[in-house]
Amino acid sequence: MAKATFDVPELTPYTEVPAVTPGAMAHSAPFVSKAEFQGPLGFPGELVEDWQTRAIDKMGELLGKYRSLRVYLDSCVKCGACTDKCHYFLGTQDPKNMPVGRQDLMRKVYRRYFTLGGRLFPKLVGAEDFTKEVLDDWYSYFHQCSQCRRCSVFCPYGIDTAEISMAAREIMDSIGVGQKYCNEIIGKVYKIGNNLGLPGPALVDTLEGLEEDVFDETGVKVRYPIDEEGAEILLVTPSADFFAEPHVDGLIGYGKVFHAAGVSWTLSSHASEAANFGMFIGSYDNMRRVAQRIREAAIALKVKRIVFGECGHAWRVAYSFLNTLAGPWDFLDPRYPVPQHICEFTHDLIEQGRLTFDKSENDDKVITFHDSCNVARASRMGEVPGGQFEIPRAIIRATCNHFYDMDEDTIRDRTFCCGGGGGLLTDDLIELRVKGAKPRLDALNNVMQEKGVTHMAAICAICKSQFTKVLPYYGMEMDQIVSLHQLVSNAIVLEGGEDDDEEDAPAAA
Amino acid sequence: MALLTYSYAALFYVAALVLVSGLVVKIVRYARTPAPLKIPTTPAPTSRSGVALRMTREVVLFESLFRGNKWTWIFGWIFHFGLFLVTLRHLRYFIEPVWAPIALVQPFGIYGGIAMVIGLLGLWARRFLVDRVRYISSTSDHLMLALLVLIGTSGLLMKFVFHTDVVAIKRFFLGLYALDPQPLPADPLLLLHLLLVALLMIVFPYSKLLHAPGLFFSPTRNQVDDPRERRHLAPWARALEQQAPAASSDPRG
Ligand code: HEM
Ligand code: SF4
Ligand code: SF4
Repeated sequence: MAKATFDVPELTPYTEVPAVTPGAMAHSAPFVSKAEFQGPLGFPGELVEDWQTRAIDKMGELLGKYRSLRVYLDSCVKCGACTDKCHYFLGTQDPKNMPVGRQDLMRKVYRRYFTLGGRLFPKLVGAEDFTKEVLDDWYSYFHQCSQCRRCSVFCPYGIDTAEISMAAREIMDSIGVGQKYCNEIIGKVYKIGNNLGLPGPALVDTLEGLEEDVFDETGVKVRYPIDEEGAEILLVTPSADFFAEPHVDGLIGYGKVFHAAGVSWTLSSHASEAANFGMFIGSYDNMRRVAQRIREAAIALKVKRIVFGECGHAWRVAYSFLNTLAGPWDFLDPRYPVPQHICEFTHDLIEQGRLTFDKSENDDKVITFHDSCNVARASRMGEVPGGQFEIPRAIIRATCNHFYDMDEDTIRDRTFCCGGGGGLLTDDLIELRVKGAKPRLDALNNVMQEKGVTHMAAICAICKSQFTKVLPYYGMEMDQIVSLHQLVSNAIVLEGGEDDDEEDAPAAA
Repeated sequence: MALLTYSYAALFYVAALVLVSGLVVKIVRYARTPAPLKIPTTPAPTSRSGVALRMTREVVLFESLFRGNKWTWIFGWIFHFGLFLVTLRHLRYFIEPVWAPIALVQPFGIYGGIAMVIGLLGLWARRFLVDRVRYISSTSDHLMLALLVLIGTSGLLMKFVFHTDVVAIKRFFLGLYALDPQPLPADPLLLLHLLLVALLMIVFPYSKLLHAPGLFFSPTRNQVDDPRERRHLAPWARALEQQAPAASSDPRG
């Protein structure tokens, strides 16, 4: 059991809605970015002199650029439907973590400076000047939102608090108040190519090591290539996949699937990161710049297709935004969607009967599946809406004998965020992360008790890292969280033989 | 008498002007502001017609609210449906001749009025009884409910207790079209009712009542889920593209 300097909530069979406790999380705020991390992203290094004017100007600019922001700040009727939907409110009881409470932090400033009612009767409509106290509240509570969009599912107007949090972070960055974790990482992507700052040679070493391990274990020469020009598929995957448990077991699985499909593929050291933290800080410019690396890598390596590995927010940017940010993709093979998710790829092969599994390899586990928030509510897989729920489950059913879903209210588009998304996966926010995980872990604990579930599969690097870290706080084991393609990897039956066959294999999937 | 008629005539000209011009300004601004990224809350429809259906379910059934909170949904839906019937019923004061469907709806309009007030009281109760809703309610939220409840009850009182001369009221409103105000009956309840309605019209474009047009412009609800098939580009994002070919850190691209 990990040691905590705060009270870890007790798990309950069903998540109960707590009574509001104002200020319960007011002390929570991530480390502020230093000047050296701000500069490379185009932001001032520290709080600027005339910050208030500049923040209001920036807000005006964003109101003109984002319809979501404009409509959402006007439309909320305070109906309260979202108030019990956020995992951070459920876990911390702080009313400013209710989605509408969080929005109101910005709405009161918007009303004061941009609406007639707020200019004339600020008290009446809850409008407030943008003071330093308000700014501090912004910094605290807009970094207690994982941009998971659960609130937008239940709001009668689809008000998405994630849009507001992103805009708030963009405004704060523009006046020199950035978050260290996100901004430092984006800098690493620009400099080195990935979030973890793993340089090309280290990746080559790691991948060679993986090839040896897999050969020792299976007797089959499965390849894990990087920077191979002319490969059919470019795989873009979160950098955690290169070494951390349980992520790397997923990467091993992708390689085995590509091997079984007989297609050539490659990673890229230039685009060795699927995640795009530009989204977390609401910066279109940075998000675009990060996304362009993938275009550059695809052109340089002359690939025909792009496939993304398991990562939630990354898949949102890939599926929903990549065409916008880095398209058009007319130089790639038009027979496949750009990009594809590794689950779509594997699932197509399963449908075509081209993969053989020995499900008993996973018989030591009883599996449940965690729908990652951004895959569930901000993207799709396959041809039909909801494919993002069915395809991963179909893969689990094809590779495991024992699978149970968690409570219906906590899966599919009603899934709870792991508690670490949206740029909050940092140790300076550990209390928030532990408390925010409660609703998900309530449901997990419930199927553990009732169905004997032993492991939870996920398709997101953030979810996997977050659960590895917080499960022990609740008396669970860190290795209860597994990669989906780890299950594939365990069960897949590979044929040995020609490992270096680089001819154009029949297009797969 | 004439003073009263003329002040109410002026009031309604102003109210109508504010309502229409205020809404037009807001709606044009919503429509002109680009939505640079595809952000439908998924699972989302993959076609325009699918989106039209989703939107219809939101407007008519309050589908998302139904999933979100059953009590709010019941009271909210009763209120809005009641308001809808009442509005239809009131059309008879503003059109001549009265269309057949409007004539048919008259008795239901009365039930609508009662439903509207019941719904509002339910919603108002939540603002006191549920601690989360109490926390998010500001003075203006209470005042808005008070305004609507007063409009509803003053209307119902005129229907059931203190009758007023509806023929004269109709003449007054038809007269406004011709810039020729006809005498308005000087019943206090009627004057209160009309004053509050004019107030509602005036605050509409400057308050949370913007949720009605807002819903139609909500990108999470009105966008088609087809980002891989169709490249979505806002004008300001296109302009970025025509500048340097993206500030890249690595020359290999
Ligand atoms: C397209 C038309 C409209 C739609 C889809 C719509 C939908 C909704 C929904 C879903 C709610 C939240 C639930 C609730 O509190 O009732 C709401 C609240 C509200 N609506 Fe509407 N509405 C529409 C038009 C109007 C109009 C024309 C009025 C004008 C008088 C109005 C007044 C209100 C008020 C005052 C509330 C807040 C109630 C409260 O304080 O709890 N709505 N609306
Ligand atoms: S997006 Fe998620 S984390 Fe943010 S307010 Fe909504 S429910 Fe909470
Ligand atoms: S559900 Fe939507 S309209 Fe209702 S309080 Fe929350 S954000 Fe406002």
